[in-house]
Amino acid sequence: MNGVPIYYFLVLSAVLFGLGVVAFLFKRNIIAIFMSIELMLNAVNLAFVAFSRALGKLDGQVFVFFVIVVAAAEAAVGLGIVINIAHNRRTLNVEQVDLLKF
Amino acid sequence: MPMLANLWIVLALPLAGAALNGLLGRRWSKSIVNSVAIGAASLAFISAVELVREFFQLAPSGIPWVRSYFTWMTAENFHIDFALQVDQLTVVMLLIVTGVGLLIHIYSAGYMEHEGGYYRYFSYINLFMFFMLTLVMAANLLVLFVGWEGVGLCSYLLIGFWFRKKSAADAGKKAFITTRIGDLAFTVGLLLAFWTFKSLEYQTIFAQAKTMPVEASGQIGVLTAICLLLLGGAVGKSAQLPLYVWLPDAMEGPTPVSALIHAATMVTAGVYMVSRMNILYAHAPIAMMAVAVIGAVTALFAASIGLVQNDIKKVLAYSTVSQLGYMFLACGVGAFGAGVFHLMTHAFFKGLLFLGAGSVIHAMGGEQDMRKMGGLRKQIPVTYWTMFAATLAIAGIPGFSGFFSKDEILFQTFAGPYRNVGLWAVGLLAALMTSFYMFRLLFMTFFGAPRYDGHKIHVHESPKSMTVPLILLAILAVAGGWWALPAMWGGENHFANFLAPVFASAAALAPGVEGEQHSLEMGLTLIASIVALTGLLIAWGFYIRSPHSAEKLAVSLRGLHRLLLHKYYVDELYAFLIVQPLLWMSTNVLWHAVDETVIDGAVNGSATVAQRLGGRLRRIQSGNTRSYASWMVIGAIGVTALLLGVWEWTR
Repeated sequence: MNGVPIYYFLVLSAVLFGLGVVAFLFKRNIIAIFMSIELMLNAVNLAFVAFSRALGKLDGQVFVFFVIVVAAAEAAVGLGIVINIAHNRRTLNVEQVDLLKF
Repeated sequence: MPMLANLWIVLALPLAGAALNGLLGRRWSKSIVNSVAIGAASLAFISAVELVREFFQLAPSGIPWVRSYFTWMTAENFHIDFALQVDQLTVVMLLIVTGVGLLIHIYSAGYMEHEGGYYRYFSYINLFMFFMLTLVMAANLLVLFVGWEGVGLCSYLLIGFWFRKKSAADAGKKAFITTRIGDLAFTVGLLLAFWTFKSLEYQTIFAQAKTMPVEASGQIGVLTAICLLLLGGAVGKSAQLPLYVWLPDAMEGPTPVSALIHAATMVTAGVYMVSRMNILYAHAPIAMMAVAVIGAVTALFAASIGLVQNDIKKVLAYSTVSQLGYMFLACGVGAFGAGVFHLMTHAFFKGLLFLGAGSVIHAMGGEQDMRKMGGLRKQIPVTYWTMFAATLAIAGIPGFSGFFSKDEILFQTFAGPYRNVGLWAVGLLAALMTSFYMFRLLFMTFFGAPRYDGHKIHVHESPKSMTVPLILLAILAVAGGWWALPAMWGGENHFANFLAPVFASAAALAPGVEGEQHSLEMGLTLIASIVALTGLLIAWGFYIRSPHSAEKLAVSLRGLHRLLLHKYYVDELYAFLIVQPLLWMSTNVLWHAVDETVIDGAVNGSATVAQRLGGRLRRIQSGNTRSYASWMVIGAIGVTALLLGVWEWTR
């Protein structure tokens, strides 16, 4: 493991993040969008950890814990919203949830 | 020297009275309110008397006595202290303001007994005393200006005292706005004085002015300009042509206010200011001439209107304008001492006349029209006798105070250093009219058969609180001139000698008057006395001997009578020339054009632009989550690109 240079991790992280963004923009199912957000968060976590290791500091790992906690909270709230939408609108298609507009 | 060291006490007392009554008086009973107000006024009078006693012990080198209390404002080389001063002129004014003021406070306690807003009245009148004392004790022009505007404010408040009555509220506004026109000139004069002398302190200005050359007649130099601008302020405040129109209307206020503010004290502020600035005027012959001409013309003009007025207070109001004209005439011919002397005697007899008129109105239950009075002599003897004394004094009947002061003015106009026979003739004609209209007032009010309904109006003498001030003022009106007995009567003219130091440097500049002129003075006095008695006789002929002859004359001279009765249509003229165009311009230009199109247009226009822009922009909020997400991604990319770009660029 020692020999793996940092840019390997960063490239992987960037690819994962890019996949997350694309999925976020093009998926119609709210749960899929939700998952793409998790993907982006974890891509960022990977970058944090990689930097932490490369620089020999713990700060990055501390940030990762924060991100995990926030992601958990977000998942709880977000899934609650998703369940409500599913209950009320009988659909999870994001294009049909567009009542709040001008 | 406790009072001299603490000049501010004289000011603080009436101010404290005004504050107490103004803040707490609403809940107090009338007796507490008037004891606070009268207490403040009498303490002010006592401290003024003590001040004068100490003043007489000062060495001449210590006069003027100047005390500076604190730095009021300073900006680079502009420096103004709140400073007070006492000299001979201040002493005279102090005693007039506090003395006559105190008597009128006492009188008011009786006169205003049945009126609402009792505490308000006494608070205002105390406040007026404070500002008037500030005006006369100021040691620089700016402090004087504070007093000047302050008395204007109190005048406005008291004219409009019965503010529910539209005419009273309008009269208050008219007084305020008209004097403001003069005050504009006054303010410019202050600025010009500062620009010229680099100071507004009297002593600095006077010292510098003394060293400047006298401006040739026909040349309008900086001193002439300052004097003319200050005169503008004086013309407004002292109700001279062409700004006198507010004073007759000011009679809407309570009568004691007319006596104190619009006869005895405030309106004389202009005369005081011109006398105070005597050294400047002595350097500016054109300004002197302007003062004299305005004074003489006003004296005649107002007196002629007074001839035919029927409202007792209106007669007195025009008489006041006319007498103020005399004071200006005196100042304009270099006889500042005579002007101040007339100011003093006028304060006594005109204050008394107004208070007497108030007593008559009180007795008649509010009636002011002299045509509905008559024969009141027996019913209200104290009022009658005191008003009789005042009438003798103002008409210039020999021996009474007004005789000495008016005679001095006429003599100085005829034979003084800046003599002008034409103005003397005008003054003499005004004196004839004065005598006539005053005796007309007296005869119409107190003589002949009653012209009111005796069953409806119960005529009664006023209470002691009103008659005692009348009697005290009557004594002053009779004897107030004896102090200044001229040399030809074997006196020494103590008054003129007392004031001489104040006017010394102006007198030194005046052209000399050759030799003793006692025989000339005697002759002029004789003429003036004959004129005064002629006025009396004409009035007697018209109103006592054949009571209907006046009406017949009025009918045969209908045009002239109408002209005088309508006060030369000056109000109508001003309304046509100034008020209507202003109203038209305000309505059509400022309101409909500037306000409605420019100002409202700008406000409405900016709202419309915001609305249209918002209408376009709100399309972004489509409700489609994916479009929001796209915007976010574009934004994030944009910010990242920006950061990278900046980073690259700074490297």
